[in-house]
Amino acid sequence: MSATVIDVPAQTRATDDPRVGLSAHIRHVRALIRRNVLWIRQDPESMFDVILMPIVFTLLFVFVFGGAIAGKGNQDVYVNYVVPGLMAMMGMNIAMGVGTGFNQDFQTGVMDRFRSLPISRASVLIAKISVEIGRLLVATAILLAVGFMLGLSVSNVPGLFAAIGLSMVFGSSVMWIFLTMGVVMKNAQAIQGMGFLVLMPLQFGSSIFSPPSTMPGWLQAFTDYNPLSSLADAARGLMNGGQPVAHDVMVTLLWSVVITAVMAPVAIHKYRTKN
Amino acid sequence: MAAGTLVPMTRIDDNPTDGVRNAVTVRGLVKHYGETKALDGVDLDVREGTVRGVLGPNGAGKTTLVRILSTLLTPDSGRATVAGYDVVRQPRSLRRVIGLTGQYASVDEKLSGRENLYMIGRLLDLSRKDARARADGLLERFSLTDAAKRPASTYSGGMRRRLDLAASMIGSPSVLYLDEPTTGLDPRTRNEVWSEVRRMVGDGVTVLLTTQYMEEAEQLASELTVIDRGKVIANGGIDELKAKVGGRALRIRPADPLELRPTATALDDFGLTGPGSAVVDTATGTVLVPILSDEQLTAVVGALSARGITLADLSTELPSLDEVFLSLTGHRATAPDDQQTTQADRAYEEAAV
Repeated sequence: MSATVIDVPAQTRATDDPRVGLSAHIRHVRALIRRNVLWIRQDPESMFDVILMPIVFTLLFVFVFGGAIAGKGNQDVYVNYVVPGLMAMMGMNIAMGVGTGFNQDFQTGVMDRFRSLPISRASVLIAKISVEIGRLLVATAILLAVGFMLGLSVSNVPGLFAAIGLSMVFGSSVMWIFLTMGVVMKNAQAIQGMGFLVLMPLQFGSSIFSPPSTMPGWLQAFTDYNPLSSLADAARGLMNGGQPVAHDVMVTLLWSVVITAVMAPVAIHKYRTKN
Repeated sequence: MAAGTLVPMTRIDDNPTDGVRNAVTVRGLVKHYGETKALDGVDLDVREGTVRGVLGPNGAGKTTLVRILSTLLTPDSGRATVAGYDVVRQPRSLRRVIGLTGQYASVDEKLSGRENLYMIGRLLDLSRKDARARADGLLERFSLTDAAKRPASTYSGGMRRRLDLAASMIGSPSVLYLDEPTTGLDPRTRNEVWSEVRRMVGDGVTVLLTTQYMEEAEQLASELTVIDRGKVIANGGIDELKAKVGGRALRIRPADPLELRPTATALDDFGLTGPGSAVVDTATGTVLVPILSDEQLTAVVGALSARGITLADLSTELPSLDEVFLSLTGHRATAPDDQQTTQADRAYEEAAV
């Protein structure tokens, strides 16, 4: 080097590196949420899944399986069974979309831009999850609207909101799993393939679509420990009473807390250190 | 990685005695991708307010270097400071003073130009009002006002690059990284981007420019570092390096082919043949003269008209990256037997996916 080398300590500035403050953090998350909302305005088709999925699934399950499970002509009985279960299912399917969407985002240069800005790197992930919770709310509202048209009855309105809240909490915890996959896995197809492979047994091997009482013992053992069963049972109990819900609510919340506590730091770490 | 492995043993000349500080200081930077060394002990300085070109072929380690300096990658060893901030220990402070324009436009394609700039303004802690004003100001400056409301996906390649540059400028960075800013652009658009870069440099921004094109380095940079296989193979002023590799070549075509020889003789007589001598290329009916400066070019034309030689064509040629490499390293930049380079390339691609 042409410059004179001076034997001084390497640092010419203080070695501290101030963290992003809370108010700045909230501002960043809001700016990033705005980005995702603008996407939807720019590309309304991206809402097709949350609008059509609850309609198609509800109609399919109620009219294809409803009669077989609850008896011919008893579809309205099955509506009351399956709609709380479908709330749990919506959360899973939207969570899977979080992974694929985030992965595609990573294929563009914009993530490099975000990661080279002086913002907390978690804010990008938190904004994504916030928007997806909003989309899940829309899907749940449509699901309930279709349900009411098909004869859904809710005896406990505060319980209905508690059920919605519970499925949001659990859904958002699963979003962290898929966000991690979105950061780590190579492409969106891989995430989707993997997601289906895991989600299908979890969704069908649960009390979402039919009572586990007719399943073989080993499967019942699985459904008992499946958090989706707890969520579906809790939602049913909260909306219509008739069964104790405290245990299922606790189990669902416990799962949510554990999944989030493990996967959120992993997702943020993977995002932070991604090459 | 343990921070302890990065504790500097190197002495750093952030404060050289000649008064011009380094904006970027890189010492012994090493980065592996598996078995491949993408960077193998790179040293580099960029003085404040100057443009340092980093020239090298694909896979030489240019992008890895930029990604480490923008805190997107962590080095395996060595150190780097930007505006006095350590890339490993002070990433947040460092990100506040840098701007990055990558090889691929890093804007959100689904958002309009204005929304892109507004969003980045907000992420850089500007108030709503300031973010809006800054966005509009930069759209104006980069001639994007008419397209401000259109999604970036509808922009042409050149417009996207300009939006990308505008996005890099929102935080008024003191150090700007341009990673192959014109790769894949047509010559006209390339010129547009170059003039924008010159304007930014005029504003006092320090620029680290990576490129595969000697011409681009010559257009924008005052100092040049040539890297190959993760190692610095040459370092110095542009003219210095050009002289080393033969500078530009002037290709002269006399109107009358019979004047080829007299043309060459005239140039030799006037002592205007720079570091080499005039070469007659009968196949193309031209005379090739190595030159070092624009003044020499003018002098050549004067000398020929003094001898009464009429010219049909006159063009300058820069040594290609290949020729630069050939003269500096004795091997071609993109030769098929360049296994290590392609391996580093592939390793990087894989790591990036």
